[in-house]
Amino acid sequence: MADTTWTSETIPLASGPLHVTRSGSGTPLLVLHHDIGSLERLPFYDALAQQHTVLVPSHPGYDKSERPGWMRSVRDIAVVYQALIAEKGLRDVTLVGLGFGGWIAAEMATMAPRGFKKLVLVGAMGLKPEHGEIADQALLSYIDYVRLGFADQTVFDRTFGAETPVATLEQWDLNREMTFRIAWKPYMYDPSLPHLLGSVDTPALVVWGRKDRVVPLECGERYAKTLRNAKLEIIEDAGHYVEMEKPDALARLIGGVK
Amino acid sequence: MHLMYFTEQPMSAYDAKAGLDFGATALMFSNKHFDPVAGSRLYNEYLEHYKLAEQVGFDGIMLNEHHNAPFCMQAKCNVFASILAAMTKRVKIVLLGNPLPLAENPVRLAEELAMIDMVSKGRLVSGFVRGGGQEQLATGVNPAFNRERFEEAHELIVRTWTQEGPFRFEGTHYQHRVVNPWAVPLQKPHPRVWIPGVLSKETIIWAAQKGYPYIALSTEIEATKKIWQLYDKVAEESGHSGGPEFRGYLQRCHVAETEEKALANARQFMWMQGEFTGLAHPVWSSPSGYFSPAMRKAFVEYAVGRRSNPRGAAFEDQIANQQIIAGTPKTVIPKIRRLLEETRPSIMGFWSSDGFVSAADTRTCIKLMGEEVLPAVREIGKELGLWSPFEANAPTSRAFPQPARPADEV
Repeated sequence: MADTTWTSETIPLASGPLHVTRSGSGTPLLVLHHDIGSLERLPFYDALAQQHTVLVPSHPGYDKSERPGWMRSVRDIAVVYQALIAEKGLRDVTLVGLGFGGWIAAEMATMAPRGFKKLVLVGAMGLKPEHGEIADQALLSYIDYVRLGFADQTVFDRTFGAETPVATLEQWDLNREMTFRIAWKPYMYDPSLPHLLGSVDTPALVVWGRKDRVVPLECGERYAKTLRNAKLEIIEDAGHYVEMEKPDALARLIGGVK
Repeated sequence: MHLMYFTEQPMSAYDAKAGLDFGATALMFSNKHFDPVAGSRLYNEYLEHYKLAEQVGFDGIMLNEHHNAPFCMQAKCNVFASILAAMTKRVKIVLLGNPLPLAENPVRLAEELAMIDMVSKGRLVSGFVRGGGQEQLATGVNPAFNRERFEEAHELIVRTWTQEGPFRFEGTHYQHRVVNPWAVPLQKPHPRVWIPGVLSKETIIWAAQKGYPYIALSTEIEATKKIWQLYDKVAEESGHSGGPEFRGYLQRCHVAETEEKALANARQFMWMQGEFTGLAHPVWSSPSGYFSPAMRKAFVEYAVGRRSNPRGAAFEDQIANQQIIAGTPKTVIPKIRRLLEETRPSIMGFWSSDGFVSAADTRTCIKLMGEEVLPAVREIGKELGLWSPFEANAPTSRAFPQPARPADEV
């Protein structure tokens, strides 16, 4: 794999400053991270940058983007990202939403039913499961919650350290606080989203880890059924964090979508 | 001095082993372990203890509330306050307090408190708290807006009590088309507000700015002195002097006929602190957004089991630093003197027993307090010039400088 150089900038949107890292060239991919935030770099991001211009913003109030005190919903973030796309003059954007970021991507797609090149939802939150539950981080320690998202705990150890540094825990706490501010109740879904998803014409790829213990697979099935033009891919040995457990497989699935 | 009786109303009648096996006795510890037969008996015992506390000379009865935990059976302090309003004649009914952020409708709370004030003929002291961490989860209230909701609900309640209705309220967290309840407090300008707390600097600063007495809950002496340093500094910046009439102190204090018995019963104070079964859970007790941002690192480490509870200490240490006082009246009085001399509060709450202490021993404790301890403490208070807000005719608050009085006595 070729060396990938990443740059970062803080973009002063009217709604507040937004921290964005970018790399690669080609058609733009907007990668939307999990509720736990994201490491600066991941092998998955590097793999995507081989074929695309990859933009990874820190959601408002997460990681390096400062907290907008006014923000009250996940849909607010979706609107902010529409503004980011307009501000940067991006066209033919593919949205790659990971977990919580998948919920944001789904909301964005409902706002512009033909506005995106492709919609990729990976273990996306946003829909209420009919049978199971979305794992509630409010009842779990920072470490237990993140570990729950891995089918293979050695990947957690390798990625975050078997003895996770306090600085990481503090960042997870800040990110969790922001998640509470915008997704506390109902927790991790939007009752109006299923009614709006049916208008989305954008070709969609829904990816789920078979061993996802954070968001039940039934949510993936429902996304695939409700979106007009969607395909469901299940990755056998992955949990919720497919991009950390199976980065190449996921990047191949996305890269294959022209 | 204003001397109050307090109990957490423990629900100790459950299978202790079940709690130990589960590893926590809060929030998710199943209420299948709650025994309503024992609950009924205990509620009625606690009412008898309150009645006795008034008879033997306490000035006030302090009530509180918690949710989803056996360490406190009061799920709504206004319920017991209502009962006491009718059942007692003289004592102040001191709520420390209603957890404001848990209220979805603060106007309803203002109405309930006004009713309690009227039924009790103006004996209500209406404290407000933020609620514990697990209570945010138990009631589904967003911990990230805890302090904002506290401050906004407080503003709405005080306006509901003091401003003629109807008016409209458009806040960040509360919006009301019509605020115009047909129940307003008997006391004018409004019932006194006292603010209890343990740890958060933000609450001390807020209370000092508002000119409300702050009640330190079982803090150790040195920590309590630091609270007053901060309180008095902010008070001065805000234009009032601070001092004893703004200071309250709740301390565990068990009195018995013998030292041995007192110490054995006092050990039960560790019950709710987890030594026996009252186990807190580090994640549920400190949800993100609830604790002070200055304490983030400590709470994060606590939540993943790398640090003990920033609020905890061992029994022996708590005896030594007088967070737990135990003895006969003769030995307890000098210990209380030390607390009063060192921290100079004018409001003193005595948390008399906890856990499995028998109803008979609790009654003995209340009687010995009333007959021997309280008269001595009053003399010490006079000697040290510790005049309570009632004795000192202290202002109700910075915003409402008139001392609170029943409307028929103004």
